[in-house]
Amino acid sequence: MTTLAAAWAWLTTAAHWSGEDGIGHRLTEHLLLTGAGLALSCLIALPVALALGHLGRGGALAVNLANAGRAVPTFAVLVLLLLGPLGPYDPWPTVVALVLFAVPPLLTNAYVGVRGVDADVVRAARGMGMTGRQVLARVELPLALPLLLTGVRVAAVQLVATATVAALAGGGGLGRIITAGFNLASTPQVLAGAVLVAGLALLVEGLFEAVRALVPAAPRTRDRP
Amino acid sequence: MSAPPDDCLARNEWICGDYLSSRSEILADAVVQHLRLTGASLALGVAVAVPLALLARRRRWAAAPVLGVTTVLYTIPALAMFSLLLPVYGLSASLVVAGLVLYSLTLLVRNLLAGLDAVPDDIRRAARGLGYGPTRLLLAVELPLALPAAMAGLRIAAVSTVSLVTIGAIVGHGGLGNLIYSGMNTYFKAQVLTASVLCVLLAVAADLLLLGAQRLLTPWTRGQDR
Repeated sequence: MTTLAAAWAWLTTAAHWSGEDGIGHRLTEHLLLTGAGLALSCLIALPVALALGHLGRGGALAVNLANAGRAVPTFAVLVLLLLGPLGPYDPWPTVVALVLFAVPPLLTNAYVGVRGVDADVVRAARGMGMTGRQVLARVELPLALPLLLTGVRVAAVQLVATATVAALAGGGGLGRIITAGFNLASTPQVLAGAVLVAGLALLVEGLFEAVRALVPAAPRTRDRP
Repeated sequence: MSAPPDDCLARNEWICGDYLSSRSEILADAVVQHLRLTGASLALGVAVAVPLALLARRRRWAAAPVLGVTTVLYTIPALAMFSLLLPVYGLSASLVVAGLVLYSLTLLVRNLLAGLDAVPDDIRRAARGLGYGPTRLLLAVELPLALPAAMAGLRIAAVSTVSLVTIGAIVGHGGLGNLIYSGMNTYFKAQVLTASVLCVLLAVAADLLLLGAQRLLTPWTRGQDR
Protein backbone atom coordinates (compact mmCIF):
# COMPACT_ATOMS: atom_id res chain seq x y z
CA MET A 1 0.00 0.00 0.00
CA THR A 2 2.87 2.36 0.82
CA THR A 3 4.27 1.94 -2.70
CA LEU A 4 0.88 2.83 -4.16
CA ALA A 5 0.65 5.89 -1.93
CA ALA A 6 4.19 6.91 -2.87
CA ALA A 7 3.38 6.47 -6.57
CA TRP A 8 0.28 8.63 -6.12
CA ALA A 9 2.38 11.23 -4.33
CA TRP A 10 4.89 11.14 -7.19
CA LEU A 11 2.12 11.62 -9.73
CA THR A 12 0.53 14.52 -7.88
CA THR A 13 3.76 16.44 -7.29
CA ALA A 14 3.53 19.51 -9.51
CA ALA A 15 7.29 19.56 -10.16
CA HIS A 16 7.09 16.18 -11.88
CA TRP A 17 4.70 17.52 -14.51
CA SER A 18 6.83 20.31 -15.97
CA GLY A 19 10.12 20.50 -17.81
CA GLU A 20 11.95 18.31 -20.32
CA ASP A 21 11.61 15.15 -18.20
CA GLY A 22 8.17 16.12 -16.87
CA ILE A 23 5.03 14.06 -17.35
CA GLY A 24 3.48 16.72 -19.61
CA HIS A 25 6.32 16.64 -22.12
CA ARG A 26 6.69 12.84 -22.03
CA LEU A 27 2.94 12.39 -22.46
CA THR A 28 2.95 14.67 -25.53
CA GLU A 29 5.88 12.72 -26.97
CA HIS A 30 4.09 9.44 -26.30
CA LEU A 31 0.90 10.66 -27.98
CA LEU A 32 2.83 11.95 -31.00
CA LEU A 33 4.78 8.70 -31.38
CA THR A 34 1.75 6.42 -31.10
CA GLY A 35 -0.43 8.77 -33.16
CA ALA A 36 2.09 8.96 -36.00
CA GLY A 37 2.71 5.20 -35.79
CA LEU A 38 -1.00 4.40 -35.88
CA ALA A 39 -1.80 6.83 -38.70
CA LEU A 40 1.05 5.61 -40.90
CA SER A 41 0.34 1.92 -40.27
CA CYS A 42 -3.36 2.43 -41.06
CA LEU A 43 -2.41 4.25 -44.27
CA ILE A 44 -0.25 1.30 -45.28
CA ALA A 45 -2.20 -1.69 -43.96
CA LEU A 46 -5.84 -0.82 -44.60
CA PRO A 47 -5.73 -0.13 -48.38
CA VAL A 48 -3.63 -3.24 -48.95
CA ALA A 49 -5.97 -5.36 -46.81
CA LEU A 50 -9.07 -3.98 -48.53
CA ALA A 51 -7.61 -4.61 -51.97
CA LEU A 52 -6.47 -8.16 -51.08
CA GLY A 53 -9.78 -8.93 -49.38
CA HIS A 54 -11.78 -7.56 -52.30
CA LEU A 55 -9.78 -9.55 -54.84
CA GLY A 56 -9.63 -12.61 -52.59
CA ARG A 57 -5.91 -12.92 -53.21
CA GLY A 58 -2.91 -13.32 -50.93
CA GLY A 59 -5.04 -14.74 -48.12
CA ALA A 60 -2.33 -17.02 -46.73
CA LEU A 61 0.09 -14.10 -46.64
CA ALA A 62 -2.39 -11.71 -45.03
CA VAL A 63 -3.46 -14.21 -42.37
CA ASN A 64 0.03 -15.38 -41.46
CA LEU A 65 1.59 -11.93 -41.42
CA ALA A 66 0.36 -11.26 -37.88
CA ASN A 67 1.97 -14.48 -36.62
CA ALA A 68 5.22 -13.73 -38.42
CA GLY A 69 5.24 -10.19 -37.00
CA ARG A 70 5.11 -11.53 -33.45
CA ALA A 71 8.41 -13.34 -33.95
CA VAL A 72 10.32 -10.11 -34.61
CA PRO A 73 11.24 -8.31 -31.36
CA THR A 74 10.29 -4.63 -31.55
CA PHE A 75 13.37 -3.77 -29.51
CA ALA A 76 15.63 -5.43 -32.10
CA VAL A 77 13.88 -3.61 -34.96
CA LEU A 78 14.25 -0.33 -33.10
CA VAL A 79 17.98 -0.79 -32.53
CA LEU A 80 18.53 -1.94 -36.13
CA LEU A 81 16.79 1.21 -37.38
CA LEU A 82 18.72 3.34 -34.91
CA LEU A 83 22.07 2.10 -36.25
CA GLY A 84 20.82 2.32 -39.85
CA PRO A 85 20.57 5.32 -42.14
CA LEU A 86 17.43 6.57 -40.31
CA GLY A 87 19.34 6.75 -37.02
CA PRO A 88 20.14 10.46 -36.88
CA TYR A 89 16.57 11.60 -37.59
CA ASP A 90 15.32 11.37 -34.05
CA PRO A 91 11.74 10.23 -33.76
CA TRP A 92 11.72 8.31 -37.07
CA PRO A 93 13.43 5.09 -35.97
CA THR A 94 10.81 4.76 -33.22
CA VAL A 95 7.92 5.64 -35.51
CA VAL A 96 9.05 3.20 -38.20
CA ALA A 97 9.57 0.44 -35.60
CA LEU A 98 6.04 1.07 -34.31
CA VAL A 99 4.67 0.98 -37.87
CA LEU A 100 6.41 -2.34 -38.52
CA PHE A 101 4.94 -3.61 -35.25
CA ALA A 102 1.37 -2.48 -36.00
CA VAL A 103 1.01 -3.24 -39.71
CA PRO A 104 0.84 -7.07 -39.50
CA PRO A 105 -2.10 -7.37 -37.05
CA LEU A 106 -3.94 -4.45 -38.71
CA LEU A 107 -3.60 -6.06 -42.13
CA THR A 108 -4.68 -9.47 -40.89
CA ASN A 109 -7.76 -8.15 -39.06
CA ALA A 110 -8.88 -5.93 -41.93
CA TYR A 111 -8.41 -8.76 -44.43
CA VAL A 112 -10.41 -11.15 -42.27
CA GLY A 113 -13.10 -8.47 -41.93
CA VAL A 114 -13.49 -7.98 -45.67
CA ARG A 115 -13.41 -11.71 -46.38
CA GLY A 116 -16.00 -12.23 -43.66
CA VAL A 117 -18.62 -10.26 -45.57
CA ASP A 118 -21.47 -12.56 -46.59
CA ALA A 119 -20.68 -13.87 -50.08
CA ASP A 120 -24.40 -13.78 -51.00
CA VAL A 121 -24.54 -10.05 -50.28
CA VAL A 122 -21.52 -9.45 -52.51
CA ARG A 123 -23.05 -11.58 -55.30
CA ALA A 124 -26.34 -9.68 -54.95
CA ALA A 125 -24.47 -6.38 -55.28
CA ARG A 126 -22.70 -7.66 -58.40
CA GLY A 127 -26.04 -8.85 -59.78
CA MET A 128 -27.45 -5.36 -59.31
CA GLY A 129 -24.76 -4.17 -61.69
CA MET A 130 -22.36 -2.62 -59.21
CA THR A 131 -18.78 -2.30 -60.39
CA GLY A 132 -15.96 -3.80 -58.36
CA ARG A 133 -15.15 -0.40 -56.89
CA GLN A 134 -18.77 0.18 -55.90
CA VAL A 135 -19.00 -3.25 -54.28
CA LEU A 136 -15.90 -2.46 -52.24
CA ALA A 137 -16.96 1.05 -51.24
CA ARG A 138 -20.69 0.54 -50.67
CA VAL A 139 -20.98 -3.09 -49.56
CA GLU A 140 -17.75 -4.66 -48.35
CA LEU A 141 -16.29 -1.63 -46.56
CA PRO A 142 -19.41 -0.73 -44.52
CA LEU A 143 -20.03 -4.34 -43.57
CA ALA A 144 -16.39 -4.91 -42.60
CA LEU A 145 -16.22 -1.63 -40.67
CA PRO A 146 -16.92 -3.00 -37.17
CA LEU A 147 -14.13 -5.61 -37.45
CA LEU A 148 -11.87 -3.05 -39.07
CA LEU A 149 -12.38 -0.62 -36.20
CA THR A 150 -11.77 -3.40 -33.68
CA GLY A 151 -8.46 -4.11 -35.39
CA VAL A 152 -7.48 -0.43 -35.29
CA ARG A 153 -8.49 -0.21 -31.61
CA VAL A 154 -6.41 -3.24 -30.63
CA ALA A 155 -3.45 -1.88 -32.60
CA ALA A 156 -3.79 1.55 -30.94
CA VAL A 157 -3.83 0.08 -27.43
CA GLN A 158 -0.84 -2.16 -28.18
CA LEU A 159 1.03 0.78 -29.70
CA VAL A 160 0.55 2.80 -26.51
CA ALA A 161 2.12 -0.02 -24.49
CA THR A 162 4.84 -0.80 -27.02
CA ALA A 163 5.97 2.80 -27.49
CA THR A 164 7.52 2.57 -24.00
CA VAL A 165 10.27 0.39 -25.51
CA ALA A 166 11.59 3.50 -27.27
CA ALA A 167 12.96 4.63 -23.90
CA LEU A 168 15.35 1.65 -23.84
CA ALA A 169 16.98 3.08 -26.94
CA GLY A 170 17.03 6.66 -25.66
CA GLY A 171 13.83 7.72 -27.42
CA GLY A 172 11.08 9.80 -25.87
CA GLY A 173 7.67 8.99 -24.43
CA LEU A 174 6.34 7.79 -21.09
CA GLY A 175 8.82 4.90 -21.10
CA ARG A 176 11.45 7.45 -20.06
CA ILE A 177 9.67 7.92 -16.74
CA ILE A 178 9.90 4.16 -16.19
CA THR A 179 13.57 3.88 -17.17
CA ALA A 180 14.44 6.96 -15.08
CA GLY A 181 12.66 5.39 -12.11
CA PHE A 182 14.47 2.14 -12.80
CA ASN A 183 17.87 3.86 -12.79
CA LEU A 184 17.01 5.68 -9.56
CA ALA A 185 15.73 2.37 -8.05
CA SER A 186 12.52 4.28 -7.34
CA THR A 187 9.63 1.84 -7.43
CA PRO A 188 7.02 4.58 -6.90
CA GLN A 189 8.22 6.38 -10.02
CA VAL A 190 8.22 3.16 -12.08
CA LEU A 191 4.71 2.39 -10.86
CA ALA A 192 3.63 5.95 -11.67
CA GLY A 193 5.01 5.53 -15.20
CA ALA A 194 3.25 2.19 -15.64
CA VAL A 195 -0.01 3.68 -14.35
CA LEU A 196 0.29 6.56 -16.82
CA VAL A 197 0.83 4.14 -19.74
CA ALA A 198 -2.03 1.89 -18.64
CA GLY A 199 -4.28 4.92 -18.13
CA LEU A 200 -3.46 6.21 -21.59
CA ALA A 201 -4.18 2.76 -23.07
CA LEU A 202 -7.56 2.66 -21.31
CA LEU A 203 -8.31 6.20 -22.50
CA VAL A 204 -7.55 5.22 -26.10
CA GLU A 205 -9.76 2.15 -25.72
CA GLY A 206 -12.59 4.32 -24.35
CA LEU A 207 -12.17 6.80 -27.20
CA PHE A 208 -12.62 4.02 -29.76
CA GLU A 209 -15.66 2.70 -27.91
CA ALA A 210 -17.15 6.20 -28.08
CA VAL A 211 -16.44 6.44 -31.82
CA ARG A 212 -17.99 3.03 -32.38
CA ALA A 213 -21.12 4.11 -30.54
CA LEU A 214 -21.43 7.01 -32.98
CA VAL A 215 -21.05 4.82 -36.08
CA PRO A 216 -24.43 3.65 -37.41
CA ALA A 217 -25.01 0.26 -35.84
CA ALA A 218 -26.85 -1.47 -38.67
CA PRO A 219 -24.42 -4.32 -39.41
CA ARG A 220 -23.37 -4.88 -35.83
CA THR A 221 -26.30 -6.97 -34.69
CA ARG A 222 -25.74 -9.41 -37.51
CA ASP A 223 -22.20 -10.21 -36.40
CA ARG A 224 -23.38 -11.95 -33.27
CA PRO A 225 -23.37 -15.70 -33.65
CA MET B 1 53.40 -0.58 -35.38
CA SER B 2 51.12 -2.58 -37.56
CA ALA B 3 48.20 -0.92 -39.29
CA PRO B 4 44.76 -1.75 -37.86
CA PRO B 5 43.28 -4.74 -39.69
CA ASP B 6 40.98 -3.76 -42.52
CA ASP B 7 38.29 -6.41 -42.04
CA CYS B 8 34.52 -6.17 -41.81
CA LEU B 9 34.74 -5.74 -38.02
CA ALA B 10 36.91 -2.66 -38.37
CA ARG B 11 34.63 -1.27 -41.08
CA ASN B 12 31.61 -1.97 -38.82
CA GLU B 13 29.61 -3.70 -41.53
CA TRP B 14 26.16 -5.18 -40.92
CA ILE B 15 27.02 -8.63 -42.20
CA CYS B 16 30.33 -9.89 -40.97
CA GLY B 17 31.67 -13.45 -41.11
CA ASP B 18 34.58 -12.54 -38.82
CA TYR B 19 32.11 -11.58 -36.14
CA LEU B 20 30.49 -14.99 -36.29
CA SER B 21 33.81 -16.83 -36.09
CA SER B 22 35.46 -14.63 -33.44
CA ARG B 23 32.43 -14.29 -31.12
CA SER B 24 30.86 -17.71 -31.59
CA GLU B 25 31.22 -18.42 -27.87
CA ILE B 26 29.45 -15.23 -26.80
CA LEU B 27 26.68 -15.93 -29.30
CA ALA B 28 26.29 -19.52 -28.13
CA ASP B 29 26.10 -18.36 -24.49
CA ALA B 30 23.46 -15.78 -25.37
CA VAL B 31 21.40 -18.34 -27.30
CA VAL B 32 21.60 -20.79 -24.39
CA GLN B 33 20.53 -18.08 -21.93
CA HIS B 34 17.70 -17.07 -24.28
CA LEU B 35 16.51 -20.68 -24.53
CA ARG B 36 16.75 -21.21 -20.76
CA LEU B 37 14.71 -18.09 -20.02
CA THR B 38 12.11 -19.01 -22.65
CA GLY B 39 11.89 -22.64 -21.57
CA ALA B 40 11.61 -21.86 -17.87
CA SER B 41 8.96 -19.18 -18.49
CA LEU B 42 6.84 -21.44 -20.68
CA ALA B 43 7.11 -24.44 -18.34
CA LEU B 44 6.13 -22.34 -15.33
CA GLY B 45 3.45 -20.59 -17.38
CA VAL B 46 1.84 -23.92 -18.26
CA ALA B 47 2.18 -25.12 -14.66
CA VAL B 48 0.26 -22.05 -13.45
CA ALA B 49 -2.18 -21.74 -16.36
CA VAL B 50 -3.58 -25.29 -16.26
CA PRO B 51 -4.82 -25.14 -12.63
CA LEU B 52 -6.09 -21.59 -13.20
CA ALA B 53 -8.06 -22.64 -16.27
CA LEU B 54 -9.46 -25.69 -14.50
CA LEU B 55 -10.43 -23.55 -11.51
CA ALA B 56 -12.12 -21.01 -13.79
CA ARG B 57 -14.09 -23.86 -15.35
CA ARG B 58 -15.06 -25.73 -12.22
CA ARG B 59 -16.04 -22.69 -10.20
CA ARG B 60 -17.95 -20.28 -12.38
CA TRP B 61 -17.34 -17.38 -9.95
CA ALA B 62 -13.60 -17.70 -10.59
CA ALA B 63 -13.88 -17.34 -14.37
CA ALA B 64 -14.37 -13.57 -14.57
CA PRO B 65 -11.56 -12.62 -12.14
CA VAL B 66 -9.10 -15.11 -13.71
CA LEU B 67 -9.76 -13.84 -17.24
CA GLY B 68 -9.87 -10.22 -16.09
CA VAL B 69 -6.60 -10.30 -14.16
CA THR B 70 -4.69 -12.18 -16.87
CA THR B 71 -5.96 -9.71 -19.50
CA VAL B 72 -4.91 -6.70 -17.44
CA LEU B 73 -1.46 -8.27 -16.96
CA TYR B 74 -1.11 -8.43 -20.73
CA THR B 75 -1.56 -4.66 -21.13
CA ILE B 76 1.31 -3.76 -18.78
CA PRO B 77 4.28 -2.67 -20.91
CA ALA B 78 7.16 -5.16 -20.69
CA LEU B 79 9.51 -2.43 -19.53
CA ALA B 80 7.20 -1.53 -16.64
CA MET B 81 6.60 -5.18 -15.77
CA PHE B 82 10.30 -5.91 -15.35
CA SER B 83 10.85 -2.67 -13.44
CA LEU B 84 7.93 -3.31 -11.09
CA LEU B 85 9.18 -6.81 -10.25
CA LEU B 86 12.61 -5.39 -9.40
CA PRO B 87 11.96 -4.89 -5.65
CA VAL B 88 10.76 -8.50 -5.41
CA TYR B 89 13.46 -10.31 -7.35
CA GLY B 90 16.38 -7.90 -7.70
CA LEU B 91 18.58 -7.95 -10.81
CA SER B 92 18.16 -11.64 -11.54
CA ALA B 93 17.04 -14.10 -14.17
CA SER B 94 14.05 -15.00 -11.96
CA LEU B 95 12.75 -11.47 -12.50
CA VAL B 96 12.65 -11.93 -16.27
CA VAL B 97 11.11 -15.40 -15.92
CA ALA B 98 8.43 -14.10 -13.53
CA GLY B 99 7.49 -11.28 -15.91
CA LEU B 100 7.32 -13.60 -18.90
CA VAL B 101 5.21 -16.14 -16.99
CA LEU B 102 2.71 -13.40 -16.20
CA TYR B 103 2.55 -12.44 -19.89
CA SER B 104 2.10 -16.01 -21.12
CA LEU B 105 -0.81 -16.60 -18.71
CA THR B 106 -3.32 -14.61 -20.78
CA LEU B 107 -2.74 -16.63 -23.94
CA LEU B 108 -2.46 -19.99 -22.20
CA VAL B 109 -5.53 -19.67 -19.94
CA ARG B 110 -7.72 -18.23 -22.70
CA ASN B 111 -6.88 -20.93 -25.23
CA LEU B 112 -7.14 -23.77 -22.74
CA LEU B 113 -10.58 -22.53 -21.65
CA ALA B 114 -11.68 -22.14 -25.27
CA GLY B 115 -10.50 -25.66 -26.01
CA LEU B 116 -12.31 -27.15 -23.00
CA ASP B 117 -15.48 -25.23 -23.83
CA ALA B 118 -15.39 -26.56 -27.39
CA VAL B 119 -15.59 -30.20 -26.27
CA PRO B 120 -18.99 -31.35 -27.60
CA ASP B 121 -21.55 -32.11 -24.91
CA ASP B 122 -22.44 -35.39 -26.64
CA ILE B 123 -18.93 -36.68 -26.07
CA ARG B 124 -19.04 -35.66 -22.43
CA ARG B 125 -22.40 -37.41 -21.94
CA ALA B 126 -21.16 -40.51 -23.76
CA ALA B 127 -18.12 -40.70 -21.48
CA ARG B 128 -20.31 -40.30 -18.39
CA GLY B 129 -22.60 -43.02 -19.71
CA LEU B 130 -19.57 -45.30 -19.97
CA GLY B 131 -18.98 -44.73 -16.27
CA TYR B 132 -16.21 -42.11 -16.41
CA GLY B 133 -15.84 -40.11 -13.19
CA PRO B 134 -15.10 -36.37 -13.31
CA THR B 135 -11.30 -36.81 -13.01
CA ARG B 136 -11.08 -39.54 -15.63
CA LEU B 137 -13.41 -37.55 -17.89
CA LEU B 138 -11.09 -34.57 -17.61
CA LEU B 139 -7.83 -36.47 -18.12
CA ALA B 140 -8.92 -39.02 -20.72
CA VAL B 141 -11.50 -37.09 -22.72
CA GLU B 142 -11.62 -33.34 -22.19
CA LEU B 143 -7.91 -32.46 -21.96
CA PRO B 144 -6.89 -34.47 -25.06
CA LEU B 145 -9.72 -32.88 -27.04
CA ALA B 146 -8.73 -29.42 -25.81
CA LEU B 147 -5.11 -30.04 -26.73
CA PRO B 148 -5.10 -28.53 -30.26
CA ALA B 149 -6.52 -25.22 -29.01
CA ALA B 150 -4.21 -25.23 -25.98
CA MET B 151 -1.19 -25.96 -28.17
CA ALA B 152 -2.16 -23.10 -30.49
CA GLY B 153 -2.05 -20.81 -27.45
CA LEU B 154 1.27 -22.29 -26.36
CA ARG B 155 2.78 -21.66 -29.80
CA ILE B 156 1.75 -17.99 -29.76
CA ALA B 157 3.01 -17.69 -26.17
CA ALA B 158 6.33 -19.29 -27.13
CA VAL B 159 6.88 -16.95 -30.07
CA SER B 160 5.96 -13.87 -28.00
CA THR B 161 8.15 -15.03 -25.11
CA VAL B 162 11.21 -15.51 -27.34
CA SER B 163 10.78 -11.96 -28.59
CA LEU B 164 10.02 -10.44 -25.15
CA VAL B 165 13.11 -12.00 -23.55
CA THR B 166 15.10 -9.28 -25.35
CA ILE B 167 13.57 -6.63 -23.05
CA GLY B 168 15.20 -8.50 -20.15
CA ALA B 169 18.37 -6.71 -21.28
CA ILE B 170 17.30 -3.85 -19.01
CA VAL B 171 18.25 -6.03 -16.02
CA GLY B 172 21.15 -7.74 -17.81
CA HIS B 173 19.32 -11.04 -18.34
CA GLY B 174 17.99 -10.75 -21.85
CA GLY B 175 19.77 -13.55 -23.72
CA LEU B 176 20.31 -12.23 -27.23
CA GLY B 177 18.75 -8.95 -26.05
CA ASN B 178 21.93 -8.29 -24.05
CA LEU B 179 23.94 -8.40 -27.28
CA ILE B 180 21.45 -6.09 -28.99
CA TYR B 181 21.56 -3.69 -26.05
CA SER B 182 25.35 -3.57 -25.81
CA GLY B 183 25.60 -3.46 -29.61
CA MET B 184 23.36 -0.40 -29.56
CA ASN B 185 25.53 1.37 -26.98
CA THR B 186 28.75 0.62 -28.87
CA TYR B 187 27.26 1.13 -32.34
CA PHE B 188 28.26 -2.44 -33.28
CA LYS B 189 26.17 -3.21 -36.36
CA ALA B 190 27.22 -6.83 -36.94
CA GLN B 191 26.38 -7.77 -33.34
CA VAL B 192 22.92 -6.16 -33.44
CA LEU B 193 21.98 -7.74 -36.76
CA THR B 194 23.32 -11.19 -35.88
CA ALA B 195 21.54 -11.25 -32.51
CA SER B 196 18.28 -10.01 -34.06
CA VAL B 197 18.35 -12.63 -36.80
CA LEU B 198 19.16 -15.38 -34.28
CA CYS B 199 16.25 -14.21 -32.15
CA VAL B 200 13.80 -14.51 -35.06
CA LEU B 201 15.24 -17.92 -35.96
CA LEU B 202 14.75 -19.09 -32.36
CA ALA B 203 11.10 -17.98 -32.46
CA VAL B 204 10.48 -19.81 -35.74
CA ALA B 205 12.27 -22.92 -34.44
CA ALA B 206 10.20 -22.89 -31.22
CA ASP B 207 7.00 -22.56 -33.25
CA LEU B 208 7.89 -25.45 -35.56
CA LEU B 209 9.01 -27.62 -32.63
CA LEU B 210 5.70 -27.12 -30.84
CA LEU B 211 3.79 -27.73 -34.07
CA GLY B 212 5.64 -31.03 -34.42
CA ALA B 213 4.90 -31.93 -30.80
CA GLN B 214 1.24 -31.16 -31.36
CA ARG B 215 1.13 -33.44 -34.42
CA LEU B 216 2.70 -36.23 -32.39
CA LEU B 217 0.40 -35.73 -29.43
CA THR B 218 -2.83 -35.52 -31.42
CA PRO B 219 -2.48 -38.09 -34.20
CA TRP B 220 -6.27 -38.13 -34.66
CA THR B 221 -6.34 -34.59 -36.04
CA ARG B 222 -3.99 -35.44 -38.90
CA GLY B 223 -5.67 -35.35 -42.26
CA GLN B 224 -8.49 -33.30 -40.80
CA ASP B 225 -6.91 -29.89 -41.20
CA ARG B 226 -6.92 -29.59 -44.95
